[in-house]
Amino acid sequence: MHQTQYHRANSVEEAVNMAQGASDPRYLSGGMTLLPTMKQRLAAPSDLIDLRHIDAMQGVSEEGDMIVIGGATSHNDIATNDIIQSKAPGLAYQASHIGDPMVRHMGTIGGSVANNDPAACYPSAMIALNAVIRTNNREVAAEDFFTGLFDTVLDEGEIVTGVAFKAPEQSGYGKFPNPASRYAMAGVFVARTADGVRVAVTGAGDDGVFRATALEEALNDDFSASALDGKTIDSTGLMGDIHASPEYRAALIVAMAKRAVVLANGGDPDTKAATPAGTAAV
Amino acid sequence: MSEVTLVVNGRKVKRVVEDRTLLVHFLRDELDLTGTHVGCDTAQCGTCVVQMDGKAVKSCSILAAQADGSEVVTIEAADSGYDDLHPMQKAFKEYHGLQCGFCTPGMIMAGIDMVRRYGPGNLDEATVRQNLEGNICRCTGYHNIVKAILAASDEMAKSDTQLNEAAE
Repeated sequence: MHQTQYHRANSVEEAVNMAQGASDPRYLSGGMTLLPTMKQRLAAPSDLIDLRHIDAMQGVSEEGDMIVIGGATSHNDIATNDIIQSKAPGLAYQASHIGDPMVRHMGTIGGSVANNDPAACYPSAMIALNAVIRTNNREVAAEDFFTGLFDTVLDEGEIVTGVAFKAPEQSGYGKFPNPASRYAMAGVFVARTADGVRVAVTGAGDDGVFRATALEEALNDDFSASALDGKTIDSTGLMGDIHASPEYRAALIVAMAKRAVVLANGGDPDTKAATPAGTAAV
Repeated sequence: MSEVTLVVNGRKVKRVVEDRTLLVHFLRDELDLTGTHVGCDTAQCGTCVVQMDGKAVKSCSILAAQADGSEVVTIEAADSGYDDLHPMQKAFKEYHGLQCGFCTPGMIMAGIDMVRRYGPGNLDEATVRQNLEGNICRCTGYHNIVKAILAASDEMAKSDTQLNEAAE
């Protein structure tokens, strides 16, 4: 790793000021992507500004009918949070399947959303839940926020301070992880909202996360996995690599959408492992 | 350079290190706590797992400066508070949960964290296997590691009951 200077911010304003005073700064949240990237010397920021200790960016809360998650909230805290487990169980399930337990203790939703890795899980939930991404100076609808591979509308120095969404009536996620990296080769988030069913796909699109409107239509008529029988996804615009061809990913999307619907309907789609009930003392 | 102050295994330590120093190198090179290993160095293998403020983390992917002010427990102190080894360590010995032993410190720390998260006695085989996603072992094929963690979880539930009964 190249030399860098570490700074710890205690407020959003302080973080922004620290970034303004640096030549090539990067915000550091959980660091589960940025630090490995720096170790490979693919990134060499002059300054790291740690956002993990900013109180205003921690935890899950409710504002009226909106559920708000602070940007510095870890995947583990989201997966085990009572509000998320009861009101958006699909998101709790998704968070509990990111990386591994140690990564989930450090990695944060704000960092993941700002990074917009095309195989990251959260972008699919944000779009399916019709979430709003909150930054230090504006609110952006998720569908406008994610603009391409590792690309968002974030300006230089702008911070994702949190995300907010209305509790869906039902939600579920299906993920086919790459056996080595555990990133999604196809991840499908299904949310049944007051405005209809929304289906968003990560890990498969050539240009990052996208909505699968054909699947949405089928699920609006009948919110069951069998409603997707025989449905197909056009493989044009899907990613192809040594792990899976675009055609295989197209098939995976329908299969993962079915699992997501099974989960949303209270079934057990693919795993025999229990969900952590929260933090128990030993 | 950053001044880093940590409580490591119950002992307060202070060092001035380069900002890029990883927590695992801080533990191994500055404190001579070489039980925590560096395996893959890419956050895949889990031999570097320690507890930071009570939660298992991969110390190869955290800067020492990020950990400043926190409490760290490494494999060297896993047994603190027990007369003998920690039940997780005993179970790994009993069930032959190691061969070369390189991954074992990380496995033990991850196993203890698993029991903390799910509660003693609340683990089943599928849950253990899923939660071992971040720890790689090249020798055992995992079967005996899974058995050891399950046995330790049950053992910890028993000793918890005994402790509760003693307290009543």
